[in-house]
Amino acid sequence: MSGSVNTQLGAAAPGGGALLARPKGAGRGRRSSRSQTIARYLILIFILGYLIVPLFASLEFATRGDFDKTTKTFGRSLASFAAIFTYPNLIDSIVASLQIAALTVFGMLLLLVPTMVWTIVRVPRMRRVVEFLCLLPLAIPAIVIVVGVGPIYRWIGQNLGAVGASPLTLALIDIILVLPYSYRALDSSLRGIDTGTLSDASRSLGAGWPRTILQVIVPNIRGGILSASVLAIALVLGEFTISSLLSFNTVQVVIFLLGHRDAYVAVAVSLTALFFAFALLFAIARFAPGAASRAQRVVEEPAA
Amino acid sequence: MTATTPEPAASGLGVAVVFEEMHRWYGPVHALDGLSISIAPGELIALLGPSGCGKTTALRALGGLDEVDHGRILVGGKDVTGVPTNKRNMGIVFQSYSLFPNMTARDNVSYGLRLRGVDAKARKKKAEETLDLVGLAVQADRYPHQMSGGQQQRVALARALAIEPSVLLLDEPLSALDAKVRRQLREEIRRIQIMVGITTLFVTHDQEEALAMGDRVGVMSAGRLEQIAAPVELYERPQTRFVAEFVGLTNRIPAKTDGTDVDVLGRRIPLLPGASDRGVVQALVRPENVRVTPAENGSSRVLAVSFLGALCRAQVALPDETIVVAQMAASESSGLYPGVAVDLAVAPAPVFVVAN
Amino acid sequence: MTVSTVGVPAPSELPAAGPAFGGAGSSRFKRAGNYVALIPFHAYVGLFLLFPTLVVAIGAFTTNKGQLTLDNIGAVFATKAFIDSFAVSIQLAVVTALIGAILGALLSWAVVRGNPNGALRQLVVAACGVLAQFGGVMLTFAFLAFVGYEGMLTLFIRDNITHTRMDMSWVYSLTGLIMLYAYFQIPLMLIVFLPSLDGLRQEWYDASASLGGGAWSFWRHVGGPILAPSFLGALLLLFTNAFSAYATAQALISQGCGLVTQQIACQIQSEVMIGRENVGKALALGMIIIVATVMLLYAYIQRRASRWVK
Repeated sequence: MSGSVNTQLGAAAPGGGALLARPKGAGRGRRSSRSQTIARYLILIFILGYLIVPLFASLEFATRGDFDKTTKTFGRSLASFAAIFTYPNLIDSIVASLQIAALTVFGMLLLLVPTMVWTIVRVPRMRRVVEFLCLLPLAIPAIVIVVGVGPIYRWIGQNLGAVGASPLTLALIDIILVLPYSYRALDSSLRGIDTGTLSDASRSLGAGWPRTILQVIVPNIRGGILSASVLAIALVLGEFTISSLLSFNTVQVVIFLLGHRDAYVAVAVSLTALFFAFALLFAIARFAPGAASRAQRVVEEPAA
Repeated sequence: MTATTPEPAASGLGVAVVFEEMHRWYGPVHALDGLSISIAPGELIALLGPSGCGKTTALRALGGLDEVDHGRILVGGKDVTGVPTNKRNMGIVFQSYSLFPNMTARDNVSYGLRLRGVDAKARKKKAEETLDLVGLAVQADRYPHQMSGGQQQRVALARALAIEPSVLLLDEPLSALDAKVRRQLREEIRRIQIMVGITTLFVTHDQEEALAMGDRVGVMSAGRLEQIAAPVELYERPQTRFVAEFVGLTNRIPAKTDGTDVDVLGRRIPLLPGASDRGVVQALVRPENVRVTPAENGSSRVLAVSFLGALCRAQVALPDETIVVAQMAASESSGLYPGVAVDLAVAPAPVFVVAN
Repeated sequence: MTVSTVGVPAPSELPAAGPAFGGAGSSRFKRAGNYVALIPFHAYVGLFLLFPTLVVAIGAFTTNKGQLTLDNIGAVFATKAFIDSFAVSIQLAVVTALIGAILGALLSWAVVRGNPNGALRQLVVAACGVLAQFGGVMLTFAFLAFVGYEGMLTLFIRDNITHTRMDMSWVYSLTGLIMLYAYFQIPLMLIVFLPSLDGLRQEWYDASASLGGGAWSFWRHVGGPILAPSFLGALLLLFTNAFSAYATAQALISQGCGLVTQQIACQIQSEVMIGRENVGKALALGMIIIVATVMLLYAYIQRRASRWVK
């Protein structure tokens, strides 16, 4: 008895799953789809093509070997990639940038997570203000901040000795620059959980605020923290304006200078960096926050 | 499949709708497996079934939102199978959130008329009439987000009716609402449907809703129609095991059958046609067909009693520990308390049986 | 005298009552305490964002000795190079914001119509994330590897078609900058606009179709108006993004002072002219004013265009 009912339901449920999981536009275009499908592919080919071609050209450029005058073609060589390691400045700057990124992520989380949780739970009327301040850097160009931040860096340089001269102090401004992106990532994941009830529950069981935030809230917004951090890292590693004008040798500044000395190595580094950043973002899109959508896919498959 | 010949529920604008042998596959899933239904003009058919049984696919096929791989759909005698949605003139009410958020209630309702080139004045008049029909004339200038879920669905109904569609399709329109609004709105939809006299296909997974609203109710499972019949008949004379179990509350009580009659709790009662199992089986008995009488030397025991207003439900354990639910008028429940020994009997209504 | 205090709980009891009533905020002290917890955030943003902005705003109107003056502002208006740089920057920002918004919206549409969990969408989103936020200097090098003097396309045309050295100087002009900016503007549009497109419900399209509407009616009466505010918002973000950009242009034309951002950088790096230290701040203030104007305009349009938004 139960067996046959189960098969019925088993066969039925995936039908619903398939309906729900149907691509958004499928029903939309079902009848007039042909011209729209063609349009879609044309758009994908041309725009994606436009975006990808220079990266392909970079690969061609960076792997050029000796020029053969008779065939008018270049040989292929990985010398430019190998040469990356012969520039100690470059390696140093990569290390420095990674350290700045780590400090920025740490500072950003320390500043944002408790503040955002607190505004949700205790002072909802301040939520708007916090949001406004976090999004403000989008409206104030980085170069304006550089102009205005002079006095602070002068003070730091004069009063904090070795620490003041370190490129790591860039993290102080980078935290501001990443605020809009990190705020949005954290906000969407805090909206996804019932922050108020969770912290009430935790505190009614005797936990203080630090423990509530660290052991109850944070584990539930891991996805948001992850994407906020990745965005922050990408931004810091790509940051040029501020470090260049404050004369700190971060990775972008060194690549920029390298461009004037050895274009081939500069392109090789750029391509490598772009590729790693892409691989990181893609891996996260595919495996981390998509856990829920992947679960859906598992539901619709057993029908086969 | 059709136990009774369809009879028109009301005379009006209604047209007949016929599904002929419809098939639909989603990849390997057979969402519609030879579905055939004929709906009389002005009739309200409720399609009932668990999620994924194909009822929504059937509705979307009639609305032209989804195509069928095989089979035909006739509306008013005309084959509409290949006609695109926007040429079918069907009024569809969706589950929820289908109102255009950028338009007021009035603009939502007159949208279809606007597409038909009706002039502004006539549009406004028709929109107001239709909103009046659903009792929302005063809300005409509100945006969807300013209205409750129930009000939004009323506007959606008005929007669907404003184009004077040939058929009204209701795709679980009440499922996102809370219980009280739901009951109220379903009565109102039914009232309006009868008044307008429009042929209607109503899809739901809520059996109470289906039984309350449909002229006939079709129960679907795995893409097939299990049974289509008037609500009373469906409840009292289910033709398949799926229907017997899916519609209404059902006890399973150990029994024995010879193919024509069945012995349940010491009583011999007729067997419903369609049950093929023989020998030791389980009888599917409705709670209201179970009689409980306190008896000092009774072999069954009351476990719990719950009052539901006019009705009362008792959980009773048989000697073999099978738990049976009995339902009676509250006035007949005196003497039933947890722990009391009782005798059980079943009413002589025909039952369905299933194998152990 | 003693009687009157009965109704008022002793102050020491108040904190105990607080947690039991959750966020009710049972006393004024408690409520003030709630705000105290926000001080670190506000202090930090104040020090590293608002203070620098204030330094710029004040500096634009003072001499380096702190006396009030309008000379800095006057210098901006009197110097043709400064005025030109604003014109070029605005032109570049407007053109690339429009290109980016339109092409990016089309790309988003093409991506959204695919499977939401599919590899195509995830690939495109990840690639656009990199190009939009990480690029700058590195994108410029990739662009030059394509159409620069030694670029792949340049050499291909020279060796196979024209057989002479081509004039590629356009690459290092405004045209080149526009093409180059498209490499981060289109991806940024996709990142910003994709969620709005996701928010368009299938039910709206189905409802429109069932009422007799085709694709055109849907986009004109429903889809278009619903997306308009977010499209406008994205357009503004793209404008600001291009207007504030520095790295890309600097990497392409390193000696140039063609854009406002480059002008400001030139001022910072050569603060030699006595008495003109604060001209850079006046230029920076000009940038703030332009961005703020666009924002206010946007807020105004937004409010008028979206009465139906909650």
